[in-house]
Amino acid sequence: MKHLLSTEGLDRATATSILDTADNLKRALLGREVRKLPTLRGRTVITLFYENSTRTRVSFEIAGKWMSADVINVSAGGSSVSKGESLRDTALTLAAAGADCVIVRHPASGAAHRLAGWLAEAGTSVVNAGDGMHEHPTQALLDAATLRERLGSVEGRRIAIVGDVLHSRVVRSNVHLLAALGADVVLVAPPTLLPVGVANWPVTVSHELDAELPSLDAVMLLRVQAERMHGGFFPSAREYSIAYGLNENRLRLMPEHAVVLHPGPMLRGMEIASAVADSPRAAITDQVRNGVHLRMAVLYHLLAHEEETS
Amino acid sequence: MGIPSRGAPLARRLALKIAEFSGVEVPTGTLDVTLYRDDLRRGPTRPLETTSLPEGGIDDRLVVLVDDVLFSGRTIRAALDALRDHGRPRAVQLAVLVDRGHRELPIRADYVGKNVPTSRSEDVAVLLDEFDGRDGVVLK
Repeated sequence: MKHLLSTEGLDRATATSILDTADNLKRALLGREVRKLPTLRGRTVITLFYENSTRTRVSFEIAGKWMSADVINVSAGGSSVSKGESLRDTALTLAAAGADCVIVRHPASGAAHRLAGWLAEAGTSVVNAGDGMHEHPTQALLDAATLRERLGSVEGRRIAIVGDVLHSRVVRSNVHLLAALGADVVLVAPPTLLPVGVANWPVTVSHELDAELPSLDAVMLLRVQAERMHGGFFPSAREYSIAYGLNENRLRLMPEHAVVLHPGPMLRGMEIASAVADSPRAAITDQVRNGVHLRMAVLYHLLAHEEETS
Repeated sequence: MGIPSRGAPLARRLALKIAEFSGVEVPTGTLDVTLYRDDLRRGPTRPLETTSLPEGGIDDRLVVLVDDVLFSGRTIRAALDALRDHGRPRAVQLAVLVDRGHRELPIRADYVGKNVPTSRSEDVAVLLDEFDGRDGVVLK
């Protein structure tokens, strides 16, 4: 694998081998005093973030450092980007400076794909850490890792993704990955928060959360993305919360074994009630923990093999 | 401690034999060395195997590494590095089923099943019931 740009087109065998690697890495590091592997010694990984992030950037940085790569963080605010440098020039600069892998987050959909094209000659790998409303593949992979851990398997499981589907890159990555892994996905959202073309996705669509709850193995809640909303998608935050927020009563409608996921950052009281977020049914901190191992696995699959021509 | 894949069942078998002949129960484990290899960038992505330490850990104990074939010695070099990250054994020894020569590092085995002189172009494959349905060593 040279780049990880999207889960669309990621086949089941590749996805499963990344998840297996993450599992083995997790077990290899369990209970160890020295959480450091020499695998990526001498490789340079640069995170290039044009949008804010806590968990994605931090977990990529930890993942790289635990595998002994040199990790350098570049954010748009403190770099030449604020002087007006273009994405392409910034990327070429990083590649020329010796980056083996660039992890990029950008507000424009498709930014990671363009970057991979520009960096092909330099041989630098690109990981998409979120591009606009398009994809966020490592989030979907860590969600799948968490589901596999909690439920034993993903195949045949019924998983609802609830909320702001329209603006969510997490959803697009999850839909493709979960479909590849054989899960049965239902999107639950008000019609205003569903994208055009959702009929062509490998999912079913519902507008009624309560009707779906009893048949679910997992529910994944999405943050309502106020920063991307410039119009009346729903009447009020309170009304959204009443119709689609996961509260304790709704949690009781779900089967005993069903788990609750949220990619974070959560808006407590909006899409998820505080008591639900803190309940043992929620796997939200597991997601973050698995995120580190999963991102180690991604770096391993991108950087620990012979050069291939992209 | 067996080095996956084929060292792992060999280690378990050795422990069973030791228990059978001497009555001493020897704890076993597996040690995946993939993440410590120096040749990861010379081939396609290698899948990882499981690491499981013997009960009680390895600190201050005698650890015998077990592998099927000793060749360049690079796997054992990686195993010694991996072991160091898991603890500090009192001593480390090496047991292999087949020593085929052609060492590239100053490493030798303490216990050898059989020395098999080979040419570099040959391939030594150890077959085990657990993986291959029968036991055997094949020289190609």
